[in-house]
Amino acid sequence: MTDLTRLTLKAALDGLKARDFSSEEITKAFVANIDAANPRLNAYVVQTTDKALDMARASDARLAKGEGGALEGAPLGIKDLFCTDGVQTTAGSNMLRGFVPPYESTVTSNLWADGAVMLGKLNMDEFAMGSSNETSAFGPVVNPWKSSASNADLTPGGSSGGSASAVAGDLCLAATASDTGGSIRQPAAFTGTVGVKPTYGRASRFGMVAFASSLDQAGPIARTVEDAAILLRSMCSFDPKDSTSLDVETPDWTASLGKGVKGLRIGVPKEYVVDGMPAEIQALWDQGVEWLKAAGAEIVEISLPHTKYALPAYYIIAPAEASSNLARYDGMRFGHRAEKAASLADLYETSRAEGFGKEVQRRLTIGAYVLSAGFYDAYYVRALKVRRRIAMDFDAVWDKVDAILTPSTPSAAFALGDKQIDPLQMYLNDIFTVTANLAGLPGISVPAGLDKGGLPLGLQVIGKALDEATVFQVADVLEQSAGFTARPEKWW
Amino acid sequence: MAIDAATVRRVAHLARIKTPEDRLEPLAAELNGILNWIEQLNEVDVDGVEPMTSNVHQPLRLRDDVVTDGARVDAVLSNAPKSADGFFVVPKVVE
Repeated sequence: MTDLTRLTLKAALDGLKARDFSSEEITKAFVANIDAANPRLNAYVVQTTDKALDMARASDARLAKGEGGALEGAPLGIKDLFCTDGVQTTAGSNMLRGFVPPYESTVTSNLWADGAVMLGKLNMDEFAMGSSNETSAFGPVVNPWKSSASNADLTPGGSSGGSASAVAGDLCLAATASDTGGSIRQPAAFTGTVGVKPTYGRASRFGMVAFASSLDQAGPIARTVEDAAILLRSMCSFDPKDSTSLDVETPDWTASLGKGVKGLRIGVPKEYVVDGMPAEIQALWDQGVEWLKAAGAEIVEISLPHTKYALPAYYIIAPAEASSNLARYDGMRFGHRAEKAASLADLYETSRAEGFGKEVQRRLTIGAYVLSAGFYDAYYVRALKVRRRIAMDFDAVWDKVDAILTPSTPSAAFALGDKQIDPLQMYLNDIFTVTANLAGLPGISVPAGLDKGGLPLGLQVIGKALDEATVFQVADVLEQSAGFTARPEKWW
Repeated sequence: MAIDAATVRRVAHLARIKTPEDRLEPLAAELNGILNWIEQLNEVDVDGVEPMTSNVHQPLRLRDDVVTDGARVDAVLSNAPKSADGFFVVPKVVE
């Protein structure tokens, strides 16, 4: 009998519609997998099994009548950044431990309206601040993949590490995630999954715990490009409750698949060759170029001269926005409140020192510093100007190319604990992904090969604003050419 | 612009995060490491460049100035550390 938990989202939706199996059956199969794997992988922080089974039975009733939405009966995992009505939402932080939202995020509302089933909430770096899932108050997520060179537990990446690990480990059909500097695409690359960050404004931020509001964007992590296209469509919508939501149509991106890339112009930015980049990353990138060339694309060398300044600009802008956003956690109306304090100021300071972890405290301190009197212009305003330079770099190449191909990450997944000493080493993980956040552009990571230890590596496609269609078109060709079928061996 | 322990103390207070004295020096060292790396932004020519605060190229929307939600005291208070009689209960702030 087919293992239902190994199906693609597309195959599962087809099977559910054809009544080959029920939503209750596939949901139970995932619950069994989660029960067995979670003590080792730590991907879920909350399991909502009863709710999942109720939702599954309701889906089965609709499917029996020939009804149902685009995701009818499909069991999904939800990053713990999305507020879910009546289900604890913590954003991986002790500050929000026990917080039960009395409302639903727009993204998850869209999924339930389309018939999806919620298996539970997925672990993540605290407030999405991290690249290895090690800043989570619930402990790190473990990558289902192991290197042939060592038995060490590896990071699934971050901040959407729970989402990536759950998709790679057969603990859900697909998952929601979010990306502020690379938090969808880097974990996808580390786990052999597909991750999409759409154009800023495509997916509503309403009910998504805020980190850096001008950069945060929701997107899917899934097993195939097609699955990602299906889930992304359901996640996106125009939402009057988010002032930055774009009032645009959400297209059917599966229409991009199978179109090929003949005649498309693909940019290869020379500035993405970075010092110390492993030879296998360069080789993978070269391979990607060859695949697209073989499929009829024209390869164009381009220059994005301000690329090297993207990460330092990000590490001013994101902490600055975070220090403003996270000011709401004052221990008064919701969130952690310290037991004892000598004064009101002391109560704020103690509540926040107890509730926030080390990396969050570090970034809030940087944010307060770069926004403080005397440094605001030198740091914050300068970073915003550099941000525009980076966006202008992209604007300048769009008349020459239709999409851009880069590696997703500068390395494969590393061992948990490896990069905790030096925050800068950790920040460099986002070197190829952060530019798309700063410029608001769509990006996808597609699994394209394995490193010498047998770990997955990803290629990234970046597109014009609102042109996810071309991004999916190119990603589809990369996926077909790579023929990536490797899977993690089940050791848990 | 090296950060010293006194600056960390001041900034930690601005961020409203209680920071023990013995953490000030290590934090200063960490922040200096990060800010030294950030200094490279000074190489970029930003003359005449407008600061970019948003990616969204659409005018801010307006809506009718009417009440669309409210009267949900229980939901609003449901996550309060302390509440009573429909109010948030907070420590005494006026001596």
